Amino acid sequence: MEQKKKFRLIATIAIVLPAMVALYTYLQPLVNYFTYQLLPLKQETHLGEAINFFFYDTIKIVILLFLISSLMGLVNAYFPVERLRVFLTTKKMFGLQYFFASFFGAVTPFCSCSSIPLFIGFVQGGIPLGVTFAYLITSPLVNEVAVAMFLGLFGWKATLIYAGSGILLGMIGGYILGKFKLDKYLSDWVKQIQQNSQMEANQWDNEKTPFIDRLPAIIADGWGIVKKVLLYVIIGIAIGAAMHGYVPEDFFTEYLSEDKWYAIPLAVILAVPMYANAAGIVPVIQVFVAKGVPLGTAIAFMMAVVGLSLPEATLIKKVMQWKLIGIFFGTITIFIIILGYLFNWII
Amino acid sequence: MEIKVLGTGCTKCKTLEDITRKAVEEKGVDATVEKVEDIMQIMTYGVMTTPALVIDGKVAIKGRVPSIDEIKDLL
Repeated sequence: MEQKKKFRLIATIAIVLPAMVALYTYLQPLVNYFTYQLLPLKQETHLGEAINFFFYDTIKIVILLFLISSLMGLVNAYFPVERLRVFLTTKKMFGLQYFFASFFGAVTPFCSCSSIPLFIGFVQGGIPLGVTFAYLITSPLVNEVAVAMFLGLFGWKATLIYAGSGILLGMIGGYILGKFKLDKYLSDWVKQIQQNSQMEANQWDNEKTPFIDRLPAIIADGWGIVKKVLLYVIIGIAIGAAMHGYVPEDFFTEYLSEDKWYAIPLAVILAVPMYANAAGIVPVIQVFVAKGVPLGTAIAFMMAVVGLSLPEATLIKKVMQWKLIGIFFGTITIFIIILGYLFNWII
Repeated sequence: MEIKVLGTGCTKCKTLEDITRKAVEEKGVDATVEKVEDIMQIMTYGVMTTPALVIDGKVAIKGRVPSIDEIKDLL
């Protein structure tokens, strides 16, 4: 990159980044000023509070989403999946491979159309099916959008619990599925690939572009993710804001409170046919929690919505026989339910 | 020149196809652009993240949508 462009890039970052942090820090007073002074809205009215909540959350989440996406983009630029594959096949890891696979499932941006090539890629490299599953389970559950939404709406503790449990779920689920020797239920053509798999020692071609030259593309990608989900974020928060103001307290508690043992399985089963992305679902979940639903039940619901979807099942059909899809989904469902109980018990 | 856009049909893959065609047109190079959607064929290129751009049998870009200028440089 030319010197001048480089300088301009660094200068832009040096100005924009602190500006974002400042905006984030003073967001509440700013939004208050906007809604109650500039707009003719009264504090302590449903409408005023709903609109205040809407602007505050939308701006906060856009900032978080942009920063987290860029951060994850950085990790990915230096540790792409191709490298993970080499890493997983060439090193002896005594069980830690489940953690690495699951962890990278969490940091890589997930696109459902990428899941099949990734799956095949892993099988091709001779990575055991269980480790591949660990990646596949965590990848849709924990992603930059979910993390940003959680951070913005629930705070960092709940985010850590959410991300940690998503990784744990992938590890345990992958490990157990790996023990079942399920390779025979793969599609025939995938089995063939598996037999011909070779341990590629080091086919990962290192892109030798310097850091500063990659930065614009990473930032552009981060912004691209924000643009892609912005509409869902706005719709989700708008629904959340509306519900906040108008749905009575303990409306949901009647069905989903802690003392009802069937609450978690019910939440999970209700979630499976729903196909929503994290951006749209988290604001609604937050209202659930505010209205008295325990966090564990809410997290279980959210995981089931993003992790178990019918469109994904039809995609996976290309590489697995129905029986394996059933086992895969069944295992995840059971683990999500167990996690839900565990959380409600801990918190 | 033979250009192939690999992708299972998500929005990103379509974007890549569109800007590749545009880049070819604007640069005025003699090239065919073909979209490969069949997963088995995609895998023969050893690509794990879609979309990907293959130029004359070599994988040039994978897992992201580049800018139009970047594609022009590659051509």
